[in-house]
Amino acid sequence: MLHLENLSFSVHNNGDSKQIISDINLDIKRGKLYGITGPNGGGKTTLAKVIMGILTHTAGHIYLDGEDISDKNITERANLGIAYAFQQPPRFKGLTVEDLVKIAQPKLSNLSVRKRMRDVGLCPEDYLDRDMGSGLSGGEMKRIEILQVLARNAKLAIFDEPEAGVDLWTIQRLVDIIVGKYQNNPEAAAVLITHNRNILPICDEIVVIEEGRIKHHGHRDEIWPIIRDDIVCQVQDTCRGEEII
Amino acid sequence: MKLEELDKNLLNTISDIKDIPKGAVNIRKDGQAIYRQSSPNIEIKTGETGGLLVEIKPGTKNETVHVPVILTQTGLNDVVYNQFIVGENADATIVAGCGIHNDSHGRSRHEGLHEILVKEGARLKYVEKHYGEGSGTGQKVLYPTTKITVMKNAVAEIETVQIKGVDDTVRITEAYIHEKGSLKVVERLMTHGEQNAVSEIKINIEGQGGSGQILSRSVAKDNSTQVFKAALVGKNECLGHVECDAIIMDKATIKAVPELMAEDSNAVLTHEAAIGKIAGEQLIKLMSLGLTEGQAVDTILEGFLK
Ligand SMILES: Nc1ncnc2c1ncn2[C@@H]1O[C@H](COP(=O)(O)OP(=O)(O)OP(=O)(O)O)[C@@H](O)[C@H]1O
Ligand SMILES: [Mg+2]
Repeated sequence: MLHLENLSFSVHNNGDSKQIISDINLDIKRGKLYGITGPNGGGKTTLAKVIMGILTHTAGHIYLDGEDISDKNITERANLGIAYAFQQPPRFKGLTVEDLVKIAQPKLSNLSVRKRMRDVGLCPEDYLDRDMGSGLSGGEMKRIEILQVLARNAKLAIFDEPEAGVDLWTIQRLVDIIVGKYQNNPEAAAVLITHNRNILPICDEIVVIEEGRIKHHGHRDEIWPIIRDDIVCQVQDTCRGEEII
Repeated sequence: MKLEELDKNLLNTISDIKDIPKGAVNIRKDGQAIYRQSSPNIEIKTGETGGLLVEIKPGTKNETVHVPVILTQTGLNDVVYNQFIVGENADATIVAGCGIHNDSHGRSRHEGLHEILVKEGARLKYVEKHYGEGSGTGQKVLYPTTKITVMKNAVAEIETVQIKGVDDTVRITEAYIHEKGSLKVVERLMTHGEQNAVSEIKINIEGQGGSGQILSRSVAKDNSTQVFKAALVGKNECLGHVECDAIIMDKATIKAVPELMAEDSNAVLTHEAAIGKIAGEQLIKLMSLGLTEGQAVDTILEGFLK
């Protein structure tokens, strides 16, 4: 469905050029769950933003169902079925949780908004009218972010560290929902950027990105044993002090 | 009494009424009262100032009085001086506001002084919306002044809204708060085109245990300019807070001047002021949910001014 061809992104600073992702080739197929992992600063979020159109790649091509979408802007890519749950979702003064969910999916009935809120562990009575400005905790913001992307029913949903800041009980539920919605879905696929030891082994394919390049890519049975003791442990030491399960 | 379509639209915009409302109401059009009606608890008459004298009886519960002003004639310079008295322990809402329709090239101007006394133990909500429309280049100008005195144990809230169409406005709000009285002033403003808006608010907290709060949210677009001055004077043991938050766009200018004056060592006064453009992350986020950039901007501004 999504085909990345020799994809690179570099930034220019004071005449210096810095390559942040380099020569990425990747095929994302429907019905599969992809786990992207690798050390902090490796380029995972950058890759996701390039796919969403938030950053414009400096070389290579992005094809969605055979169409080159390199020149499409964020809105157009969203309408073509790409969705991205931010690693750090922004806050909005004056917009409520309900406003944002309805923007993500205008077709949702009030009843399904409530159901989806409960799915991500948020009690609708307490949260629907909450302001997206400042009162919400980091974990609550994350859950609302994931809820929006789930509600879009995208062809390709990218979740950037969905587990970060979310309590253990809720992570398990979120993972179950993501797996249920995307694994073996003939219409859609999901990409999970994650360091989580419980999430990576259930992904169909694992991609390890380091210094902007794909270091490993393959079926979980092939990749997981290689990285289990290596990268995940390194990440555990450096992952902003978060508990890794 | 029948209202014309144009009048109805203006009234609906500034005071959310579809037709002449029930209860106490005074509608002023082009310098004259075209409709006046008192209610058993709220009396409206002509006062010594020549303007309205609105008296809300002590103990009145949950009643609203509407006193909208509309201007449809150009070249008019309408000046009013209205007085409102909210009796002891009453609980009431005053809906004021001014709508101008000007299709010509001449200027329409409304200048209003509202003097409000909120007596002991009373609760008042005062809402004032400003709106201008019309196809000509004629200026729509509003100079409202509100003077409010909040007596012992009384609670008042002033909400002012000016979202569209007023070319030039200078709004003055002056308040005196007595013992354990409390006042909150909430202002929402959007300017565009070549508009100018000035708002000066001064709250004097005179009595012990008084509290005052000023919250302003504004958006300045195009070449418009805004000046916001908010002063809190704490003359006793009291609490006061000023918060102004502005979004600036295009070539607009915004000046925000919060001022705190404590005249008692037990006065606690704080302020926060922020001016900035719409955060890029917010736009990107909404666009990634399928909105165009324009729709994303509108959604953010609408929420911010809600
Ligand atoms: N605009 C930019 N200018 C300069 N450097 C940048 C820019 N954007 C990202 N980088 C750098 O690119 C690298 C990759 O960042 P990215 O956020 O993609 O990493 P990541 O793999 O998502 O890391 P993490 O696990 O911490 O989320 C980092 O070293 C980052 O500092
Ligand atoms: Mg990242």
